[in-house]
Amino acid sequence: MSLKIENLQARIGEREILKGLTIEIKPGEVHAIMGPNGSGKSTLSKVLCGHEDYEVTGGSATLDGEDLLSLSIDQRSRAGLFLAFQYPHEIPGVTNANFLRAALKARKPDGEDVDAIAFYRQMYARMDQLEMDRSFTGRNVNEGFSGGEKKRNEILQLMMLEPKYAILDETDSGLDIDALKIVSRGVNAMRSAERGFLVITHYQRLLNYIQPDIVHVLMDGRIVKTGDRSLALKLEEKGYDWVKDEALPAAA
Amino acid sequence: MSAELETPDLSDIKIDSVGDFTFPENNVYDAGYGLSEKTIDYICDVKGDPEWIRDFRKKALKVFNEKPMPTHWATKDLENIHFDEFRYYLAGDRKPKKSWDDVPEEVKKTFERLGIPEQERKFLAGVEAQYDSEAAYSNIKAAVAEQGVIFVNSTEGLHKHPEIFKKWFGKVIPTGDNKFSALNSAVFSGGSFIYVPPGVKVKHPLQAYFRINSEQFGQFERTLIIADEGAEVMYMEGCTAPKFDTATLHSAVVELVALKGAKIQYVTVQNWSSNVFNLVTKRGVAHEEAEIRWIDCNIGSRLTMKYPGVVMKGRKARGEVISIALANNGQHQDTGAKMIHAADETTSNVISKSISIGEGRSTYRGLVHIPKHLKGCKNNTECDALLINPKSRTDTYPAISVRGSQHSTQHEASVSQVSAEQIFYLMQRGLSEGEAMSLSVNGFINDLAKEFPMEYSVELKRLIDLEMEGSVG
Repeated sequence: MSLKIENLQARIGEREILKGLTIEIKPGEVHAIMGPNGSGKSTLSKVLCGHEDYEVTGGSATLDGEDLLSLSIDQRSRAGLFLAFQYPHEIPGVTNANFLRAALKARKPDGEDVDAIAFYRQMYARMDQLEMDRSFTGRNVNEGFSGGEKKRNEILQLMMLEPKYAILDETDSGLDIDALKIVSRGVNAMRSAERGFLVITHYQRLLNYIQPDIVHVLMDGRIVKTGDRSLALKLEEKGYDWVKDEALPAAA
Repeated sequence: MSAELETPDLSDIKIDSVGDFTFPENNVYDAGYGLSEKTIDYICDVKGDPEWIRDFRKKALKVFNEKPMPTHWATKDLENIHFDEFRYYLAGDRKPKKSWDDVPEEVKKTFERLGIPEQERKFLAGVEAQYDSEAAYSNIKAAVAEQGVIFVNSTEGLHKHPEIFKKWFGKVIPTGDNKFSALNSAVFSGGSFIYVPPGVKVKHPLQAYFRINSEQFGQFERTLIIADEGAEVMYMEGCTAPKFDTATLHSAVVELVALKGAKIQYVTVQNWSSNVFNLVTKRGVAHEEAEIRWIDCNIGSRLTMKYPGVVMKGRKARGEVISIALANNGQHQDTGAKMIHAADETTSNVISKSISIGEGRSTYRGLVHIPKHLKGCKNNTECDALLINPKSRTDTYPAISVRGSQHSTQHEASVSQVSAEQIFYLMQRGLSEGEAMSLSVNGFINDLAKEFPMEYSVELKRLIDLEMEGSVG
């Protein structure tokens, strides 16, 4: 049981971005991936979710033994993979509540609907945890939301869909410290022995609130260093150059 | 006779769109193929029409024959209508029944399949169900009839209420308005005649359902609604037909008259099969402080040409057209609105949204006319088009003629596509590509769908989901 990524290679157009990336996330674990801009962090999240702009050219990715790469975008989601987007899309005319219901209904056998009362009870409880006003249920998905509201909304979806593995793509970007705390609280509430997390971030700051078990450094499409939380602190203090010197002497 | 009739068991029929099923024809009256004075005499004789109607029809036939097809501005597909290949009047029992139990079995089954008796029980003040040329069922709730509201088919309106009928019939839309209003005037049958007395506000909607069952047939209902001073009424119509290999013609004329302070809302949800030429003329006259709203949803048909209009004849009259059109493969929705301001301080609003799927084509034609001598008139026009696939097409032809400086008009138009990133986002949450597209399309029209009565907006969503199936991938 794990989200297992082995020697994954992917490109967009002619540009190789992932050049042999290997990570294994077991249920209960929180992994962080840090790396400088352009190292391939966001590409990894999109490739795992099946975005059509990217072409996988080698390696494998499995979710609890199932070949992730052979599944469609929605099948991957229903298999238990969730991505909290860095830039969540707006869906004009579709309310948050209807969107979440549709997503939950998609997980039910054909023709079976979501129990409306249980759904609203669950949603309100989760929104309270995220300090979201109830009016958000009737607002169109992400339309006119501030950056912080969008990120909270991503975590609300995470909480409602209860995936086996969740990828958070730069969830901290654009958040002030109060919003960061609230969002982190939501994520921490979802940590459990049955669920794995992959937290992608540029800054160490987020990891003060969502404390990872394992920290990876991604550079030029590969994991170049793996360590515990202290690695993140060291990155914050010293930047990425020392890792680069250590890992990629030839490229330096 | 009906005992010998073999009626298919509907549960065994694969129904891929809501209205795509048919029963064997069981006609007692059939005007035969083609259109001539003989056809008109046949219809008049069967219906027992008065002489002035016979003359009216024959004059209209002449106008129809003289008028060219409007292909100088409209699609050349109109030339594919072969008028000789249609039948212009088909009916079984001509007298509409007041109880569903008295309606012939196959007709009753048809309307049950379409959910009409159920809707009637739930939320309607009255129902008229037309099957080919005549109403098979017509009933108005006693409480509404007691208020003096008249709700009958056009023939009965003409025969029993000539003093009201004759005063307004053909006055809002003259015979010669266009080639198809002339056609309808020549051979009209069925449709509703409604009169709401002064001050009476009909709480629940009156509904008509127009069903085509027969092949190579033209349906020409004629509707006339008069809301007297201060009266209010909502009328809803639905339409379906089975899909035949040959063309089907539907050409209605609908005239509305809202007298001082009256309100008429006219709601259409049509779901024609893709062999129907749907060429309809709809217009209302709003007197002082009266309001006419057209809420119009066009799904299906091969070609729809329909531009509901409001002539704002009295001071402070209001007109509104809210329309949704969905054009799928092989379909052309040519729709729009006409707003004629003919008095001071009149206000009109047009909101149109169209969706083109596959090689579907949608066209918006708008006309807003505000003459120079008036003051304080306002128009707002918004038309938004959504294209689903690269081959989908949309065109917008707004014509706004505003003279004088004391008016306010605004016009906004947009064309958009459902972005790949939006679909990715929705699919990442577990929706299939089709579900993602359906949700996006429903989102696009959501603000307009709210204008439909609840039961209709649910139906609308279901129809859109059906249309979106197989539109992607």
